[in-house]
Amino acid sequence: MKLRERIDAIKKPFGKGQKFERFAPAVNAFDTFLFVPNHTTHKGAHIRDGVDLKRTMVTVIVALLPAFIYGVYNTGYQYFIQSGIAFTFWDALLHGALKIMPMVAVSYGVGLAIEFAFAVYRGHEVNEGYLVTGLLIPMIMPVDIPLWMVGLSVAFAVLIAKEAFGGTGMNILNPALTARAFAFFAYPTYMSGNKVWVSEASNVDGISGETVLGSLAAGNDVSYSMFDMFMGAIPGSIAETSTLWVLVGAAILILTGVGSWRIMVGGVLGAAATAFLFNLWGANALMSFDWMNHLIVGGFAFGIVFMATDPVSAAQTTKGKWIYGILVGLFCMLIRVFNPAYPEGVMLAILLMNVFAPTIDHYVVEGNIKRRKKRLNVTLTPAS
Amino acid sequence: MSADISLRKGLSIPLKGEATKDLKTSKTSDNFTLYPDDFHGVVPKMHVKEGEKVSLGQPVFFSKANPEMQFVSPVSGTLSKIVRGAKRRILEIQLKSDGKDKAVKHKIPALDKLSDVDVKSHLLASGCWPFIKQRPYDVIANPDSTPKGVFISGFNSAPLAADVAFLLEQQQEDFQNGINVLATLAPKVHLSISADDTSFLSGVSGVEIHRVKGIHPAGNVGVQVHHIDPINAGETAWVVNPEDVASIGRLFTTGVFDPQRTLAVAGPVVTKPSYYKTRIGAAIAPLLDDAGVSASGQVRIINGDALSGATTHADGSVGFYNNTLTVLAEGNHFRMFGWLPFAGSKIFSMSRTSLSWLLPKRKYALDTNMNGEERALVVTGEMEQVLPMDIFPMQLLKECMAQNIEKMEGLGIYEVAPEDFALVDYASTSKIEAQAIIRDALDLMIKEVG
Repeated sequence: MKLRERIDAIKKPFGKGQKFERFAPAVNAFDTFLFVPNHTTHKGAHIRDGVDLKRTMVTVIVALLPAFIYGVYNTGYQYFIQSGIAFTFWDALLHGALKIMPMVAVSYGVGLAIEFAFAVYRGHEVNEGYLVTGLLIPMIMPVDIPLWMVGLSVAFAVLIAKEAFGGTGMNILNPALTARAFAFFAYPTYMSGNKVWVSEASNVDGISGETVLGSLAAGNDVSYSMFDMFMGAIPGSIAETSTLWVLVGAAILILTGVGSWRIMVGGVLGAAATAFLFNLWGANALMSFDWMNHLIVGGFAFGIVFMATDPVSAAQTTKGKWIYGILVGLFCMLIRVFNPAYPEGVMLAILLMNVFAPTIDHYVVEGNIKRRKKRLNVTLTPAS
Repeated sequence: MSADISLRKGLSIPLKGEATKDLKTSKTSDNFTLYPDDFHGVVPKMHVKEGEKVSLGQPVFFSKANPEMQFVSPVSGTLSKIVRGAKRRILEIQLKSDGKDKAVKHKIPALDKLSDVDVKSHLLASGCWPFIKQRPYDVIANPDSTPKGVFISGFNSAPLAADVAFLLEQQQEDFQNGINVLATLAPKVHLSISADDTSFLSGVSGVEIHRVKGIHPAGNVGVQVHHIDPINAGETAWVVNPEDVASIGRLFTTGVFDPQRTLAVAGPVVTKPSYYKTRIGAAIAPLLDDAGVSASGQVRIINGDALSGATTHADGSVGFYNNTLTVLAEGNHFRMFGWLPFAGSKIFSMSRTSLSWLLPKRKYALDTNMNGEERALVVTGEMEQVLPMDIFPMQLLKECMAQNIEKMEGLGIYEVAPEDFALVDYASTSKIEAQAIIRDALDLMIKEVG
């Protein structure tokens, strides 16, 4: 095992008691990427499951890839359709890749740099969570956002939403959504309107495009068919548009057991029921927008599958996951319908429920404690 | 058969190397060892000095906290050595057998004339008391307490663990006698058997029989207690291993402490895994010689099952509570890109990130590799999947780490033993040491609550 020996030689100065011991987490991160380490069990169970955090996070990335690749293609597709240039599938993919890959590079570069620095500073290993966050952030941004904004949002999200709370596993808010929320409120002109959703729309006059929800909020008609909305050939944040490919990702997450199906099903039920009730009411364009269409436009599908299921910021108990999921769906529709300033409700709905998730769990766990207390009281005072 | 208790959660780990049901007697070496660490929380005080003679059943040491509680020799011969560790803590008591088995004979009392106090003192003096353990805390039962019941699990569900009906095949009468003895100590004796059990166990009298359906940890007595009659603060339940019940039974028919042990020698690297008739404290080397170990590299020898047993070594001895000896290959090797999901079916995982789930019948030669490094707690729901109890495992573990006693009580610390969390160790994506956390928490409870 030659490569192995070479790595061991490189790692020598980072070993225990050696000169660069402090920086060991940074080197280990690369080493464990190449090799699953030779660590054996010392206490507790002598055998361990094949799953670890790296495997789990990479599975999430696999689940994200269909939506990501479609998002890259759709970026090119929207551009060429708008500008009226003839194009092939590969032209569209290439155009999208040239736009999006730099965003991915910036997101990973900035985010991982901060993660590594904190791992060294805190003396723990680098957690793999950012592998997913780093890909998610570009996927939920408008395509024309400047790269420096991506970098700044990433820095804000990792520093404020994650590391300030103690790092991976401790954060209250989903870091990727925090990045988007930061950009949304700090640079609203780059995050909404009809000049950001299609590639080059901000530079070329002839190109514009509104999201479906944006046009509805502005009181315009929607020109897309339900099929377009489901397939995703519509303007929107990079990877949110295609419900079909999001569903493929959802299938991977549910089948592998990595994503919580309870949150996903709860979310869809909550949103469908709420949207259906609004259909009956029908006081404005968004209210009377068909409830089935509500589920497939905008970021709802993407958010409920990939963001609401983040296990750290979601509810952690089984019952809590149902409540959390249903409420995410409900609030998403409420925000969409009642607040035309934020036609896309899913980001704020998930962030809001992130804040309430610990409270939901608290009451679920408290119920368990009460049951136990009740049992004790019954035994203490037997019926005579 | 219908089940009284049906458990859906848990995990059955398809480990290779199950012992064939064929009871062998191997050569025994004349070296025997007692490990005071088998008795958690007991501080041993020696009766016998190095070089002194002992008889079978003669007290070798007693518990400092409870001088009535005797721990006796499994052979007659001499005490050859006391191995001490840091702060002169006794790690091993080595005995050399003279092959004569000269035994201490106790009077055979008539059971129907005995009060529970007499039975207790007889068990304590004869060295059989340590067979009785208690919940809460998973330690040797406190003889001064009154249990709400004695619970016996009539089946093992841990990977490769010995088959209880097979262990007891030739000790059916002793088992029944043991039950009769235990019945004098508690208002009720509960025996849980597997839902599809057809052995003599379903016909044992003087017990309340519960049929339990489910995969591991359904065979853990703590899980069964939780569903039969959960322990509240201030209550105790006593638990006894099935073969130890038979040993207690023999004490009351022969008057002699019987150290007999039926041991399943099993594991993926054992050539001929089978059952052996041996005794407590016997050297395991002759057993391993006979069963054969096929691994080329290092091996891990475990007194107990692969999930919650204690590591021993080739010169080690059979533990006090064991019916299983597991041998695994050490996993101290690197796996290039071993974290890639869907890359192969060779890695067993309860998540479907490995294609192993497509081959439900395959058995695996698992080794001791951690399959990753410790990480922050991220994934939720996996602990709940393997703990069939009305307990929130992650919340309980977090309160244990925070040493918040009130919350630990509220979340059910009295109802759990480390072995119930063995699968949590196993399943944890973040490689959490749940059994160690629970053990520390129980020790804290003993200190603070008592």
